Amino acid sequence: MTVLNKREFLIVATGAAAAAIAGLPSIALGAEKAEMRVAEFLGGATASEGGLSLEMPEIAENGNTVPLTVRVDGEATADRYAESVLILADGNPEPGVATFHFTPLSGTQEASTRMRLAKTQNVIAVAKMNDGSFMRTDNLVKVTIGGCGG
Amino acid sequence: MMFDVSIGKLGRWATAAVLLGGLAAQPALAGDMKTYPAPEGHPLSEIISGYEFRTPETQALQDDDFENPAFLWVDQGEELWNTADGTAGKACADCHGNASESMKMVGATFPKWDAKNNRPVNIELQINQCRTEQMGADAWKYESSEMIGMTSFVRTQSRGEPVNVDFSEGDMEAWKAKGKDLYYTRFGQLDLACSNCHEDNYGNQIRSDLLSQGQSNGFPTYRLKWQGVGTLHRRFKGCMDQVRAKPYKRGSDEFLALEVYLAYRGVGLPVEAPALRN
Amino acid sequence: MSKPRVKIPKSAAAGEIITIKTLITHKMESGQRKDKQGNPIPRMIINSFECTFNGERVFGCDMEPAISANPYLQFTARVPESGEFEFVWKDDEGSVFSTKKKIKVA
Repeated sequence: MTVLNKREFLIVATGAAAAAIAGLPSIALGAEKAEMRVAEFLGGATASEGGLSLEMPEIAENGNTVPLTVRVDGEATADRYAESVLILADGNPEPGVATFHFTPLSGTQEASTRMRLAKTQNVIAVAKMNDGSFMRTDNLVKVTIGGCGG
Repeated sequence: MMFDVSIGKLGRWATAAVLLGGLAAQPALAGDMKTYPAPEGHPLSEIISGYEFRTPETQALQDDDFENPAFLWVDQGEELWNTADGTAGKACADCHGNASESMKMVGATFPKWDAKNNRPVNIELQINQCRTEQMGADAWKYESSEMIGMTSFVRTQSRGEPVNVDFSEGDMEAWKAKGKDLYYTRFGQLDLACSNCHEDNYGNQIRSDLLSQGQSNGFPTYRLKWQGVGTLHRRFKGCMDQVRAKPYKRGSDEFLALEVYLAYRGVGLPVEAPALRN
Repeated sequence: MSKPRVKIPKSAAAGEIITIKTLITHKMESGQRKDKQGNPIPRMIINSFECTFNGERVFGCDMEPAISANPYLQFTARVPESGEFEFVWKDDEGSVFSTKKKIKVA
């Protein structure tokens, strides 16, 4: 009978965990689903970078409640406002999180909510402005998994 | 010696190794944690609220009474406080008036000795005594949203007051001693006592979680894991489940004794209910 | 279940931008979980939120299952005149939750 000592056991356990993670097909699948949602939202247009930001913790203590703030630069006015901001999480079973709709009455183009993240992943925001232009930003959030609160 | 280890023991040890794998070589507690002097006879010199072990984002949720989702339950409790129920047609407010005055110290001084029933009573059990004996209403289930709402509302009236339980009444010392026994008893397949995590290893990681002192000053608490507010006894049950033990029942004498002992371990900490934890 | 919580200032200057915070009790059942027997628990979430001022849209949000239980929303509004904000949440079962708040422009 073979008995592992503590060091050997941990090496085996770590290796098995790494293999299990590497073998998960859902990572690619989640990202693919997210890009499909983005493409649908863009409707053939291209998104520029800058002018749109996402504020989130670098490391989320619990994936059940991750605070998120979306911000489009500049005040909302009748001439210029973000009609829709699509938020996606590319590592969740379904990537959709929310779509914010601003109006000239919104004042700012900033809103916050709390979301669920199943694991460490990219959160994507795409803003559609009232003139039909688009902006996009991608941000990585690390999610703490596997404690008493996990 | 290695061959003396039975498979059962190895299995248990191996699981414990996975759970406690992260315990080694963690930095000492951050210096910016707010500490309070421990009461006399306490095994630790300083006591620390669970708040201090959480991330800034989680702390921020507790810091703002509007952003703290536990206030949804506090609001529900306040509504129930003013609503008549039972055959006597009375609401809590009919006897106790304005909760911000009448309940001011309740959250800090419970569990309390109940001379009539010759046992300690916590806020949940006291609420049900009022309901069945004074109001002619049905007892609430221990973990019902009504019970959690009312307990949250009552305990929130003591926010900021230091925990100050009277152990000199009746047999409170005996109940405290019984709770202490439980605190140091190893339970479950993982063979862990409360003390192994919350006395020996607070400030260390258990897998990805930062272990606290397991203080009770924030309960009832909104846990991110629960996505709602729960009782202290639900948390006890969760700990016992996690060490793979058969948990005692919520409201049981065992959990009540543990609650009495934990109150002692946190004497002097400010009541934080309704707190926000991981 | 408690009423939705909404926080806005009681008064504002004409044209001022104010912050609005909202919170509502809802389990936001994602449709991804299974019960103890292994059967999928059907999705049941709040799927939309609307805030209007004197009948005009201020801010809206379509929610998906990745929004946390007890949904929290914070946003801003420009207040052109005295009036009333209305807040409306709708869930998958067709339940509608709403509340109103008045604001005075000094």
